[in-house]
Amino acid sequence: MKIIREIAVGGGEVLINGAVDFTSDSKEHHQFLKRIYRHYGIDYPKFFKMSPLSKLGFLASELLLAGIDLSETAPGRVSVVVANSSSSLHTDQIYQGTIDSKPSPAIFVYTLPNILVGEICIRHGFKGEGIFFVQREFEKDFIFGYVESLLKAGQSEISLAGWVELDINGVYLADLYLLKL
Amino acid sequence: MKAGGPEKDLCTMNRDIWITGIGVASSIGMDVRQTLDSFRAKRTGIGKIEILETIHRSGFKAGEIKHTNAELMRMLGISPERQPDYSRTALIGMIAAREAILHAGLTGDDGLTTAVVSATTVGGMDRTERELAAGDPDPGFIRTHPCGDSTEKICDFLGLPGYRSTVSTACSSGANAIIHGAHLIRHGMADRVIAGGVDALSRFTINGFNSLMILDREACRPFDQDRRGLNLGEGAGFLVMEAGDIAAREEGRRVCRLSGYANTNDAYHQTASSPDGEGACTAMSRAIGMSGMDPKEIDYINAHGTGTENNDASEGAALIRVFREHLPPFSSTKSFTGHTLGAAAGLEAVFSVLAIREGMLIPGLNFLTPIDGLGICPHTELAEGMDIKNVLSNSFGFGGNNSTLIFSKH
Amino acid sequence: MNGLIEKLKADLIKQLNLEDLEPGDIEPAVPLFGEGLGLDSIDALEIIVLLEKEYDIKIEDPREGKEIMYSIQTLADFIESRRA
Repeated sequence: MKIIREIAVGGGEVLINGAVDFTSDSKEHHQFLKRIYRHYGIDYPKFFKMSPLSKLGFLASELLLAGIDLSETAPGRVSVVVANSSSSLHTDQIYQGTIDSKPSPAIFVYTLPNILVGEICIRHGFKGEGIFFVQREFEKDFIFGYVESLLKAGQSEISLAGWVELDINGVYLADLYLLKL
Repeated sequence: MKAGGPEKDLCTMNRDIWITGIGVASSIGMDVRQTLDSFRAKRTGIGKIEILETIHRSGFKAGEIKHTNAELMRMLGISPERQPDYSRTALIGMIAAREAILHAGLTGDDGLTTAVVSATTVGGMDRTERELAAGDPDPGFIRTHPCGDSTEKICDFLGLPGYRSTVSTACSSGANAIIHGAHLIRHGMADRVIAGGVDALSRFTINGFNSLMILDREACRPFDQDRRGLNLGEGAGFLVMEAGDIAAREEGRRVCRLSGYANTNDAYHQTASSPDGEGACTAMSRAIGMSGMDPKEIDYINAHGTGTENNDASEGAALIRVFREHLPPFSSTKSFTGHTLGAAAGLEAVFSVLAIREGMLIPGLNFLTPIDGLGICPHTELAEGMDIKNVLSNSFGFGGNNSTLIFSKH
Repeated sequence: MNGLIEKLKADLIKQLNLEDLEPGDIEPAVPLFGEGLGLDSIDALEIIVLLEKEYDIKIEDPREGKEIMYSIQTLADFIESRRA
């Protein structure tokens, strides 16, 4: 199985294939994720409605796919396999805070970790298999093995896979791979 | 169990997957027998909320399990002073998973690689919100809160030390746990998987779904023109899945086969389904394709059928596209249990297996008028003594995550 | 009415996280949904929350909201009519 590209986002840095591509003094997630959006000239207004976790996953996927030609790949043959440790806990807490006044539907939507997979699929029209695991820590071997079996079984031709975590304290880490046989 | 790439070669892709055990807990029964009684009596579990403390008690109906956490612990033989260790989600899951392994006749370490894959969306939120609302919260809720906790508690309770994982993909979670289990068996990573899902009612979800304005204040009416939304519910459903060669070792253990499955993304909206049901259509077609069947060989469909305006119109359109003039009898059992979110697909997988085992067409409740422009009617009467060979079960989750499972007698 | 329209624009930008928009970018008569501003069904629900929070107007049935929320102008007209 080949790693076509790797994107890592964490601690105020963006790494492409292991090399730092962008850093900012504003490392806190709220500012930093917006800076990534602007720095790479991404134009997708729906970005601003997403939860911080979904923003993180979305941005990592944008950089992962930038310049990659998927026109020969049927939308149903792209799979997305993501895991994290805290599920949507960061957003859950924000939503919980709205319950006492007026529960916010727009925030509630994001109290499920797999919505970030949905956002990636909506953006690119991906219609293949998608799954979201909740694990104590990034079980990279497991995720890679899972993707490899999807690819070898012919259920998928290319896969976005990895770890997208934004914990209750706002500490964030995305480690996303574009994988093919 | 080693987590890693497939260890056996691809000929294990043809490893059949047989169901050898089923277990349930929901508002219509705390085991399979009670559940069947409820289906036969057309007795819904949807009613007034009595146990969950919420301002919405008088506003909305739900499929609530009428047992307190203390009662659930007694049913499990867990001593009361251990109450802080368990969320309601974990307790409900343990009850259903225990029935599944007892049904499968699993007694101890038989040298086979056994994995557990459980799904949940609520996790321990039921306990967390209670503790946070109390004046002096017990910080122990931090341990029971994560989604993985209910999976761990199930494994500990059943004495299963091997591989476990937790899936969380909204309302299709349970199906994806089962699909993941199938992958594990097919690729030689496990001989046996206990897979399914569990969720408990919580203020968090009632308030959330209410903010989306998709709750019905009365009992839900899946596929009815005048449907007003869903009722929430709680419960758990688990299957014991075994590789065919393993399940065949002992006569009479195999109940039915998981003959097809598929997961797709609708790629349309975070919470709404596409009007033409594209994602649902593809999920069903792919699952049927995997099973090697023609659509007209499906004898019964357990629909996702939440009773929301959007789902039922979208799923209805998809059913017509896939089955055309050969639409088999279908129903939504959410009119019995409510929408149990992460548990739904697990519960409904068990119901699908029961349909085959009992030769039963499970009715849908509260249906009067077909949806304008679709004209399809769910099956509304119980039928028994039928030869139900193939059942298709749909579960469509927020995030456009669409899953279909197919179970076959042979 | 003008004051209400300007307030509504600011409210919407804040409530719906329309970060890249300034009040000057929103024409009162332009459709909010579909073409125009391109809001979706979740935004409609958030506008219902906004109406309750800021303007003390409760909408029970989301379908009622469709005509009311056609544009900033129709929203303003609706709020004015409820105030009268």
